[in-house]
Amino acid sequence: MHNFDFVKPASIADAVKALASDGAQALSGGQTLLPTMKQRLAAPAVLVSLTGIAEMRGVCKGDGGLHVGAATSHATVAKEAAAHYPALAALAGGIGDPAVRNRGTIGGSIANNDPAACYPAGVLGSGATVVTNRRKIAADDFFQGLFSTALEEGEIVTEVRFPIPEKAAYVKFRQPASRFALTGVFVAKTGGTVRVAVTGAGQGGVFRWTEAEAALARAFSADAISGLAVPAGDMISDLHGTAAYRANLVKVLTGRAVTAAG
Amino acid sequence: MPKDHGIGASSKRREDIRFLTGRGVYTDDMNLHGQAYAVFVRSQVAHGRIKSIDTSAAAAMPGVLAVFTGEDFKDVGGNPAGWLINSRDGTPMREPKRPVLAHGKVRHVGDAYAAVVAESYAEAKDAAEQLAADSEIEELPAIIDMAAALADASIRVHDEIPDNQCFDWGWIEDNRAAVDAAIKAAPHVTTLELVNNRLVPNAMEPRASIGEYFPGTGDYKLTTTSQNPHLTRLLVAAFVMGIPENKLTVVAPDVGGGFGSKIYHYGEEALVLAAAKKLARPVRWTAERSESFLSDAHGRDHVTKIELACETDGTFIAFRTETMANVGAYLSNFSTATPTFLHGTLMAGPYKVPNVYVNVKTVFTNTAPVDAYRGAGRPEATFSLERVIDKMCRELGLDPFDVRRKNLLTKDMFPYTTPVGLAYDTGDYHATLDKAMDMADVAGFETRRAASAARGKLRGMGLSTWIEACGIAPSHLVGVLGSRVGLYDAATVRVNATGNISVMTGAHSHGQGHETVFAQIVAEKLGVPEASVEIVHGDTSKIPFGMGSYGSRSLAVCGVAVTKAIDKIVAKGKKIAAHMLEAAEEDITFEAGTFSVAGTDKAKTFGEIAFSAYVPHNYPLETLEPGLEETAFYDPANFTYPAGAYICEVEVDEGTGKVDVVAFHCADDFGNIMNPMVVEGQVHGGVGQGIGQALCENTTYDDTGQLLTGSYMDYAMPRADDVPFYNVDYSCQTPCTHNPLGVKGCGEAGAIGSPPAVVNAVIDALHRGGYTHVKHIDMPVSPSRVWQAIHG
Repeated sequence: MHNFDFVKPASIADAVKALASDGAQALSGGQTLLPTMKQRLAAPAVLVSLTGIAEMRGVCKGDGGLHVGAATSHATVAKEAAAHYPALAALAGGIGDPAVRNRGTIGGSIANNDPAACYPAGVLGSGATVVTNRRKIAADDFFQGLFSTALEEGEIVTEVRFPIPEKAAYVKFRQPASRFALTGVFVAKTGGTVRVAVTGAGQGGVFRWTEAEAALARAFSADAISGLAVPAGDMISDLHGTAAYRANLVKVLTGRAVTAAG
Repeated sequence: MPKDHGIGASSKRREDIRFLTGRGVYTDDMNLHGQAYAVFVRSQVAHGRIKSIDTSAAAAMPGVLAVFTGEDFKDVGGNPAGWLINSRDGTPMREPKRPVLAHGKVRHVGDAYAAVVAESYAEAKDAAEQLAADSEIEELPAIIDMAAALADASIRVHDEIPDNQCFDWGWIEDNRAAVDAAIKAAPHVTTLELVNNRLVPNAMEPRASIGEYFPGTGDYKLTTTSQNPHLTRLLVAAFVMGIPENKLTVVAPDVGGGFGSKIYHYGEEALVLAAAKKLARPVRWTAERSESFLSDAHGRDHVTKIELACETDGTFIAFRTETMANVGAYLSNFSTATPTFLHGTLMAGPYKVPNVYVNVKTVFTNTAPVDAYRGAGRPEATFSLERVIDKMCRELGLDPFDVRRKNLLTKDMFPYTTPVGLAYDTGDYHATLDKAMDMADVAGFETRRAASAARGKLRGMGLSTWIEACGIAPSHLVGVLGSRVGLYDAATVRVNATGNISVMTGAHSHGQGHETVFAQIVAEKLGVPEASVEIVHGDTSKIPFGMGSYGSRSLAVCGVAVTKAIDKIVAKGKKIAAHMLEAAEEDITFEAGTFSVAGTDKAKTFGEIAFSAYVPHNYPLETLEPGLEETAFYDPANFTYPAGAYICEVEVDEGTGKVDVVAFHCADDFGNIMNPMVVEGQVHGGVGQGIGQALCENTTYDDTGQLLTGSYMDYAMPRADDVPFYNVDYSCQTPCTHNPLGVKGCGEAGAIGSPPAVVNAVIDALHRGGYTHVKHIDMPVSPSRVWQAIHG
């Protein structure tokens, strides 16, 4: 790891100011950034910690749903969202291991938008709103491809607002080595609307499987998607699974998520 | 009631107190006054010509004390192969020099070609980065695939070896014609092509070394992660550095796992010694995990075609195998023995089979060296045999249990000489098979299968009846077979004046539990409390010249050396007792810690004898020396032959291809048992590694020689939720006939016997699920491979 300066502002305004300096990089839980720095693949001059900002932490019921501060750890979400949004709490509680869950944050996860991360599926599948220091961004507009989001230079995710669906579930199949999602599917049903968000599988990162959404809107059961096929051409192929295998997983896990959602 | 003390007791592992409370002392825990830090510059390409290395910028960087390149070591010796193998045509194997630092060419990704020593780790790291940038290495085409390496003479790992072949070995060459004829005439032949997947050892503690040099005396000291400090000293001193052995001390302190990978001498050890001498300061190096992936000797990596010829009732007639074994870019110390004498000699298994022939071609490739890894050759042999037998059973519609029962050697056939040159001393393979079937409730399988089916899972059961040769090894035999070392071991028992006992062993414990088990043996034999016995190991300045720990040898070889040294202690004690009790030596008996004159009540306790030995005020010094300390070297008469039967049950998720091992039953014959708890732990660990190989672990290089599985993000280690609660039994005991403890060794058994049981179970589950087109799935039987096999 190369040398760097470290600042830990107490307010969003101070964080924004600090991030304006040369070579500054926001640090939330550090679960991706710190290993990258240790491997000398990243060498920011200044790390601006976001975890000391009180207004960015915590889970609370708010307008139209559940508000999760961007610097809230996975472990906290797993605990505090359980009564309000069990599927989201279960997703958070299944990320990594206890050490990862105690350090990693929702804001860090979605700002990084790792194609195998769990949270992007939960945020997109819920139709959540990503709140930043500048604006509110719909989940459908936020995720823009592998490690790519709508965030602009100096923009910080401060909160994620989840509408709470009637039924939801997240089912993931773990990559055998990393235990990230080889494929994960988040299904949420509210009234006549169903959202199906898939992580781990798509070449373009998290995506909505709209054919399944339409079929499930007509009948919310695993059988409803049995006739559908996921095009393998858009899927990732790597050591741990071919594109065809991932396409299969998308369908199998969607069915299981629907069943789990009840 | 089970014993609570001595041989056969499940004494708690005394070493675990320090391991589990963070008070172990590993190499990297040691901080020496004035220490400097070494960082290695490793090749980024699999094959390249070193055009130039400009060290000037790196040498001028802050804190940098010294820079080394291959040029600095071109005149010292190479790291040798410990075993000479001759090809079928009688020519000796090709032995390219393995230098301390690559010189002229780099031959695999991770091949160290330079090193920086600096005041701090960070400064060394910065300078190493600079040095890498200032190195001009012309990338050459790399050869990764073994078949391609043998076929394509245009790409040579070593310029002087045109076909990249180390040797082409036949075992036993005299069997060849008869085996060919038997297979040609056989009513049925089953053929299976398979891969024994390459594994990265992944010891919890990465390799680490500290070099010291003492200018006042000219002595060197190497503290290093070794399974065998004397062997390392021999290799570093006599072969590589040219240091007199008695000027080098090698210390292997607490070592966090080895699994074979820390048997070998590596160039980093020589580098820290050379740097320590140059700077007259301690120089330390600890591998980063990614360096471990790239530069520890890997395991397995065989590609095999095996044929089983049999009668239509499943009676074996012949086995014939052709194997390509990867040795990587250089010959690691045991790399030539592993695919030959630890593999080919086991290809008769525990079976009555008259004809066996094995051909092994070892191949140089632009990959990390490959060497012995827990089981070393024997897992490869067992996997080939047990998989082809399973396939034959399916082809002929035979029951795999019946076929094993029909072909296993019977207990009245020992001693038994196999067609591949081993002499099994004793065994009862039907007993372990019966035991395993009983443990597994084979008859109840259908009920369990139906229950799995109700949960949407396919269920299968797989069997493996395995044998290994361990207790490595009889020097007289391995010498004939090409070993360049003897494989005895040694122990010194020092009874101190106050009656407590120090036992110095050549065996090295890096997790096995020697400190507990050897103390149990001493306590039993001398009638003293275990707590009064201390086991000292891992320091060449303290211990006798033993060969260390690998090949399930510690108990069966070094443990016997301990007992032999104890015999000498008792004999000496009788002399002392005879003097003290004014009796004839032959009238002295020793039992339960007391020396007595037979037929009288005259007696001296062990403590009294010990004290007298060191306070010899009235000794007849012409006939009785003071002191009570004895050393024994023990060289076994034969290998030991543990064997057993393993039954695995799996559930397969058709939708995802995921395999869950839901039950694993082990019935092993390890001969006499010294500590049941330790034996169970060894079997648990071995089976865990075997399940890891079968289901999870794979080492993948791409076509250019980049290691794709170079971190835990892509290299799948088995975790607690990948393994079941094991059902382990060792009650079938046929004691080894040629060592006084009657022990056989248990360290590698689990890793040897388990992989085919797992894969056989997966194939069984798929067949029961109707996927009868699936004949074989190569390891690791990962979810995607299973799913692909299902979908043809």
